[in-house]
Amino acid sequence: MTPELWGIVWLSLKVGGLAVLGCLPVAFALAWLLARGRFPGKLLLDGLVHLPLVVPPVVTGWLLLLAFAPAGPIGSWLQDWFGVSVLFRWTGAAIASAVMALPLMVRAMRLSIEAVDRRLEQAAATLGAGRWRVFASITLPLSLPGILAGAVLGFARALGEFGATITFVSSVPGETQTLPLAIYAALQMPDGEGQVLRLAGISVLLSLAALLASELIARRAGRGLHVL
Amino acid sequence: MSFDVDLTKRLGEAEIACRIEVGEGLTVLFGPSGAGKTSVLNMVAGLLEPDAGHVRVAGETLFDARAGIDVPVSERRAGYVFQEPRLFPHLRVRANLLYGRREGAGLDVDETIALLGIAHLLDRWPRTLSGGEARRVAIGRALLSDPRFLLLDEPLSSLDRARREEIMTLIERLRDEVQLPILMVTHDRAEAERLGTRIVEI
Repeated sequence: MTPELWGIVWLSLKVGGLAVLGCLPVAFALAWLLARGRFPGKLLLDGLVHLPLVVPPVVTGWLLLLAFAPAGPIGSWLQDWFGVSVLFRWTGAAIASAVMALPLMVRAMRLSIEAVDRRLEQAAATLGAGRWRVFASITLPLSLPGILAGAVLGFARALGEFGATITFVSSVPGETQTLPLAIYAALQMPDGEGQVLRLAGISVLLSLAALLASELIARRAGRGLHVL
Repeated sequence: MSFDVDLTKRLGEAEIACRIEVGEGLTVLFGPSGAGKTSVLNMVAGLLEPDAGHVRVAGETLFDARAGIDVPVSERRAGYVFQEPRLFPHLRVRANLLYGRREGAGLDVDETIALLGIAHLLDRWPRTLSGGEARRVAIGRALLSDPRFLLLDEPLSSLDRARREEIMTLIERLRDEVQLPILMVTHDRAEAERLGTRIVEI
């Protein structure tokens, strides 16, 4: 592995890692709302969350560009308060990946929260546990496997993100050029086949590792959860 | 007056109306399945909100529709043994037993464990227990939370004869020595007559 390759892999892991970490609390809150909440507009929220899954990624990237541009609603706010811009930066790539990973993470988490037996929470309450203790000692540990599986799935999705990223933050080598973008760039070069092969191999290995991890976590979960 | 319960609740098509005013000891709620016995226990525990009426236990008002009183479940201190054990699957038996443990006048931990014959199960996971074992752990868990009263929902079902005898003896001890007010649901006439200080048909 050349330093250049390492740089691309490291950047991809960094972008994917930040995307998942940033996405985790948001995804969990949304999953909780969708699993347990009763409020008007729930269907609409459900739809909005899933939008990045069905809208062409280029459109998602373009919308992000509008929002985060210096004159955009979020971009101008970031500029005024923190003096930063995420355009053409790896943080921007992480934002694009996070948005694309969100629906997958919410889905996995929501399913695992819905699978928690409410009767166990009731039992905990009769034993004197208040809402927070019930959440921390029963609901959270029982839904943890789904949360972790969702995070791994989101990470894998973030690693593969292409359309939204290239539209939103472009393909800047060393800054926003993650694995898929680097593969695309190498494809454009006259003698880039060797590079494509190497990068594609790494991509497959990373994705496979993520899937295996997700599967292992799900299996562990299966062992504990079904006895009442 | 240990239980002073007067409540109504509409659940779909069915209307549950229940009136219990009883003194010391163990009160059996007796009746066919589907009569709403478990719902009554749930309302006393605070898991189900009655439409109207009141729930008072040992002189303390836990629910009163007119006065707007509704003590949260976690503060009612009901020792509720559900129909199914409801052990926490991610905690070992020991942690399950101690989940609601309150320091104070309650039963001694070791003594309770010995009484229920579950000392050898402490390091096991709930999923490895037999039905009878899980039931005894559930009873132990409820007792160790230092409850002010007990709600027992068919506590003797799914136990073999020897265990039934032991658990019945235990319930009698709780009734006579610890003098906890007990509300117990059963559909077994013999059980009701042996344990009940009185029987309320529902």
